[in-house]
Formats: sequence, C-alpha cells, structure tokens
Amino acid sequence: MSLRTRTVAWSTGLTGVLATVLVVSAGIGPVSIPPATVAKVLLSADPLPLVFDTPRASRIIVLDVRLPRIALAAFVGLALATAGTVMQGFFRNPMADPSIVGVSSGAAVGAVATIVLPIALPFGLELQGAAFLAAVLTAFGVYLIATRGGHTPTATLLLAGVAVQTFLGAVISLLLLRSGRSLRRVVYWLMGHLGGTTWAEVWVIAVALPPLFAILLFYARDLNVLLLGEEEADSLGVDVERTKRILLGVSSVVTAAAVAVTGVIGFVGLIVPHGMRLVVGPDHRILLPTSALAGASFLVATDTLARSGPAEIPVGIVTAALGAPFFLYLLRSREVTGL
Amino acid sequence: MTPDASDANGPLVGIDDLWVSLGGTTVLRGVDAAVDRGRFVGLVGPNGAGKTTLLRTIAGAVGPDSGRVTVADERVHDLHSKAASRLVTTVPQDTTVAFEFDVRTIVGMGRHPHRSRIGGWTEADTDAVERALDRTDTARFADRAVTTLSGGERQRVLLARALAQETPVLLLDEPTGSLDINHQVRTLELVRELVAGGRAVIAAIHDLDLAARYCDELLLLSGGEAVAAGAPASVLTEPAVREAFDARATVARHPVTGSVSVTALPDDGHGRGSEVGDRREGDAGRVHIVGDDGAVGHLHALDAAGFEVSVGAVNEGSAVAEAARSLGVDTVTVPPFAGVDTDARAAVARRIDAAECVVVADMAVGSGNLPNLRAARDAGRIVLVETRPFAARNHAGAAAARSYRRLRDRATVVDDGDVVGAVAEAVGTDRASDPVAPGSTTWSTTDRGGSHTDP
Repeated sequence: MSLRTRTVAWSTGLTGVLATVLVVSAGIGPVSIPPATVAKVLLSADPLPLVFDTPRASRIIVLDVRLPRIALAAFVGLALATAGTVMQGFFRNPMADPSIVGVSSGAAVGAVATIVLPIALPFGLELQGAAFLAAVLTAFGVYLIATRGGHTPTATLLLAGVAVQTFLGAVISLLLLRSGRSLRRVVYWLMGHLGGTTWAEVWVIAVALPPLFAILLFYARDLNVLLLGEEEADSLGVDVERTKRILLGVSSVVTAAAVAVTGVIGFVGLIVPHGMRLVVGPDHRILLPTSALAGASFLVATDTLARSGPAEIPVGIVTAALGAPFFLYLLRSREVTGL
Repeated sequence: MTPDASDANGPLVGIDDLWVSLGGTTVLRGVDAAVDRGRFVGLVGPNGAGKTTLLRTIAGAVGPDSGRVTVADERVHDLHSKAASRLVTTVPQDTTVAFEFDVRTIVGMGRHPHRSRIGGWTEADTDAVERALDRTDTARFADRAVTTLSGGERQRVLLARALAQETPVLLLDEPTGSLDINHQVRTLELVRELVAGGRAVIAAIHDLDLAARYCDELLLLSGGEAVAAGAPASVLTEPAVREAFDARATVARHPVTGSVSVTALPDDGHGRGSEVGDRREGDAGRVHIVGDDGAVGHLHALDAAGFEVSVGAVNEGSAVAEAARSLGVDTVTVPPFAGVDTDARAAVARRIDAAECVVVADMAVGSGNLPNLRAARDAGRIVLVETRPFAARNHAGAAAARSYRRLRDRATVVDDGDVVGAVAEAVGTDRASDPVAPGSTTWSTTDRGGSHTDP
C-alpha cells in the first residue's frame, strides 16, 4: 500500500474516531443526552443547512455548555500532539515534548504573573495573551542563547531549554509565595484545565491553528530527512538551519497557543506521537496528521473523564495519570532505543 | 542533473589551497587537488590525517578558513544547500539510522534535492530509486525497515540513496569499512562503473591495497597536508608510507591483481625498530634464497629478522622479484619466462658462496630453474623448506629428483613457519640468541659483495 493511501486511510479512520468521541463526550455530563440527539443537535447547528427537531434544553447544553470545552480540548490535543511529533523528530530524542524549549514554563510565568501581580488589562483574554507572549518570548530567548554563528546545535538547544525551564520554575515558585489569596487559582491554572471555556478562546485557536499545522505538514519531508542527522540532511539538500528555525518557531507558537488557554497539560505531546509512531511508522507525512487526530481524540476523551466524576479535576492530572503508565508500558514492551 | 550535464571547463572538482579548522584545531593545511570527471580518487593516510574533514568540506558541510572548493565551476560553499546537493553527495561512514524507515523510503530521500516543495513524486524519481536499488543489490530488502539490516547492508542502502541523488560527484567515507570481502569488491566495482559513466568519485579508503587496486589516483594525506598525489604506484612508496603512517611496510605488486600491495611489518619483530636510521642490514648474517613466488614470505621474514638477504635467480616481474625490489634486496634476475642461463647461474653461485646459509623454498622445479637447485646443492649450510613432497612439484624429471635428494640429505628440513629460526641456528648460536644487538661484533658489511641488480 502506498504511503498516500495509508495516510488517507488512517486519517479517515481517526477522523471517524474523533467524531465519535466528540458526540459521546457531548452527551456525557450531569444531564445525560443520547448520542443520536447530540448528533442531531450538532448537525442542525448554525452554519450547517440541516435542521432536526431537538429539545431546546439539549441544544443549549450541547452547543453552549459542553461544545466549547470539547472543541477546545480537540484543538489543544491536536496542537500538543503535533508540536510533540515535530519536537521529537527535530531533536531526535524520545523525551522531547512540546515544552522542551521552555514554552510551557514561559506561559506559566506569564499567566501566574497576570494572576498574582496587580495588573489588569481592559480587554478579555489578558491572561491568555500574557501567557502566549511570555511563552513565545521564552522559546525565542532559548533559541538565541543556543545559537552561535548562525548554527543552533540541537544538544545546546535542549540543554538551554532545560536550564531556562529550571530558572523559570524558580520564578514561578517565587510568584506562588507572593500569591496570597489567588494561590488556588494559580495552582488550578498550572495543573492544566479546560473548565470555563468560552467560544472566544475556541475561535482564536481555531483560526490560528490550521495555517500553522499546514506549514508543519509542508515540512514533513524535510523533517524525515532531518531524522537522518543534520549533516546527512545537508548532503540531501535540506537547508538545515533554516528548516530548524521554521520547525522550532512554528511548533513553539502552536504549543504556546495551546498552553496559553489551558495551562500546562502534560504527556499528550509526549505519548501520542510515540504511540502513533509505533503504529504508522516514523514517516512524518503520515505521522503528523495521524498524531494530530489521535491527540485531539485523546484530550477530548481524557477531559470527558476529568469532568464526569463527582467533582471535576484538572485534565492535566488525568492525562498524566493515564499517560505515565501507558508510557512505561511502551518502554517495557518495546525497545525504545531510537524513537 | 545527470553526471554529464554540467559544462564545466576546469576539473569537475577543484580544491584550492584549502585550510580548515575544527574547534580551533587546524585540520587541513593548504590542500590542493583536482579531480576530473570519470576519475576515482582515493584519499589515503593515517587516522586523523584529515580525510573525512576533506570530504566534509568538499560536500559543503564544513566551511573552510581559506581557500575554496569548486564543483562544476561553482563554489560549493556559496551554493544553496539544494543546489549543492544536486552536484555532490556523501555516503557517510556512520550508517546508523535510528528510525524505522523502510529501505525504499531512505533511498527515496535521495530525490529530495530534485523535488520542489509542492511538486509530487514523478516517474523519473521512481526510476532513479529503482535503478539505485538494483545497482547496489539492495532491491531484495527494499521493503524492510532499515533498522533490521546489518551494517554492511545499511552501507549499501546509503550508497543507493546517493546514487538516487544522481550527482556528478560522489564522496564516499570508508565505503568498504563494514563490508565483507565479497561486497567490498562489488561495491568498488560498482564505483568503477559509475566512474566509467562520467561521475567523479572521491573516497576515503583505509585499505591501501583496495585503494591502489581500484583508484585511478591516490591523494596521500598526512597531518592535514597532501604529501603525495598521483597514480597509486607513485604514491604508495615505502618511504612515503613510512613517513605518513610512521610504520615499517613493504610495497610489492600483488601476485593476482598486479596492483600495488602494502604490507605493514611489526616494529618489534626481529629487531628493526621504527628508528629506521639505525637499521643495520646484514647484522645477523648473509642468506641467499632460492625459490619462486612462494619464497616472498621467507624473503620478508628474513629481511625483517636482520639478515642480509640475496635472492635468485628469479624472473623479472614475478612477485618474488617485486618483493625483492621493494626491499632493496640483492637479486639475480632473468627475463620473464626465461630459464636460468649460464651467467645467471654463475651469479647465483657467487652469492651462495658469499652466504652463510642458503634457504631453498618449497618451489616447483622445471628445467628453467633447475640450475638454481643445482647451485644450492653446493652450499655450506642449507635450510630446505618442504611443505609438499618434491614429486608433486617436480616437472624436470629424474635428474631433478636426484639433485633434490642430494640437496635434502645435506639440508636442515623445516616447515614453512620455522625458516627464520633454522637459519639463525645454522648461521650461529650467538646470532640466534641475539640477532639484533645493535653494534654487534658480527656486523659484516666488509664482506658485502656481488652486484646489486636493483640497488
């Protein structure tokens, strides 16, 4: 089977899985709604031409209460899995995740500072805006630190990322000490959460993500060649430094956009790419789209678990609690020597 | 670009006063070289001589401090990566691929510089990949994951990828490093085919014999400098090898391939240290060797053990004559395929008289070289090497058999490996116990005689 056929088949299948997960998830909650009704509600939603007769209460619960959160989970899962796939390939390192260059720490500093320090911006989303800016600035700073004479060795980048993360961790701790009554809010943000999602957040990420994802997909072939090592990639006609800049820049922005709205949700960007690589192989032309779709389904499913218990828990706890054992299982069952 | 599509006027690869440093250490010091299309140039030299760095610099992966590299009249370091990759590509020494790509995908990556970002995979791409798979004998595992292959198989896969790249210049870093002897030769034969098709190939090759056999020219690097360049036989001389590799070696013609063959000799062995200047030939005594090509080993061993060796009569151009020539040993020669005539027999007799011991190698005897055997019969001390019965190698009839019997009666008969010991014993126990002692009283240049046909 050709790569193209496999890519289409896997993507179609995973899109089906995502649709199913969305419908099931939208039906789960304090008020249980049958999947058929959810499907009808979704299909009669505004831009779609179909009209089904559904109870008004169901429409409100699905479209106004649950769907924003589910949609955001899907987009964020997609973003994190995509960025994780790119980072693991970029660094040729199985432990790389979307935050490896300090994006999450940067976002956390921005967000926590906004919560703790007495600054208030006149418009909405100031917390997300600050987190996003801080995240992108951090990634850019790490890149500058690791770059000398136009070259950015990945090993230096990795270590610079670790050092900057440690430093920002100290800053976050200091801010926590000074947080006083907002401590609870800060901790909740840091754990990663999808509660209280508004359509505004969803729209921002829904508009920003597709073009960024397209750029990464565009570079899938270069990323494959880059996996062979930088010197060989150069010998095969890949402009290594330029490609690295683009991959690092785009995936940092993708991660920053996700982390800024949801806080630090761990493990999605680490294990989803790993799992998909085991299933479809290392070729990024198929790995990127399938990881993205699987990441979306994974985060929607775990967030459904997070909110369906007697008391809602931050989704970051669920992804880590499910992800870590699964990761260990992979580690033991497979020789994860390379990736 | 096909190999012959460029219309450069100068050499295909021009290297001009190239200085390269890595991490503050100067690795290449003013290297000049030129490689024409249709040429296979081998980079030889000791570890750390700068072979790999030179290849990396030609490939554009390392930038020079000064000097320049041109390929098809383009300065490699000024070209965009993609353009450079259509001119020159490298098969690296390290073939590890950590990702489970299948072989066909890896080879397909060779098409990367020929494809635009939006352009799809074309018929030409498929053809190039299939051709490369066929030529490198990798087609039969084209669908296997590259991680499941052996090192040698991976090396061929990377060669296939380089072929799919269809560059006029191909750089190989130790192309035969992890290959078995069969694939070593097949790979180098393939390289010869590529060269015949108009490509220029530059390869770093450790194995000097393979380099001499397959390359049109060699470039001997030592300490980052090109110390010799040209045809293999002109580059691989004993002084050059000794200088570059700091090793004692003999250079001879290979008996089968006829190409230059380098054999490194141990420094400790029988008394010749690396301080070549202190070497004293003939310390241990004079020995004459009678034999055919099977005597080459004895010749090297006895020479290395410090004996002053003469040999003959042998046919010019034979392996033993070449070995003797390369060692600078006193040799009596007769023309190729000619028998030993009266003059030669007299010359042999003089050397046998002067020698303290005669070694008769396990050789085939015909009417041509029977005089050698007869001359040896009269020697004082004889060491006779016998690994096969004489009847099996006698082509000169009953007379030869009688001569051999008489020779054998007076000789110390030894096996192949015991020659040096037997000779030392025959020449004298004082020498056998310490055949090397510098300044030993047995130093005997005074009775050095005979005409050296090849001084």
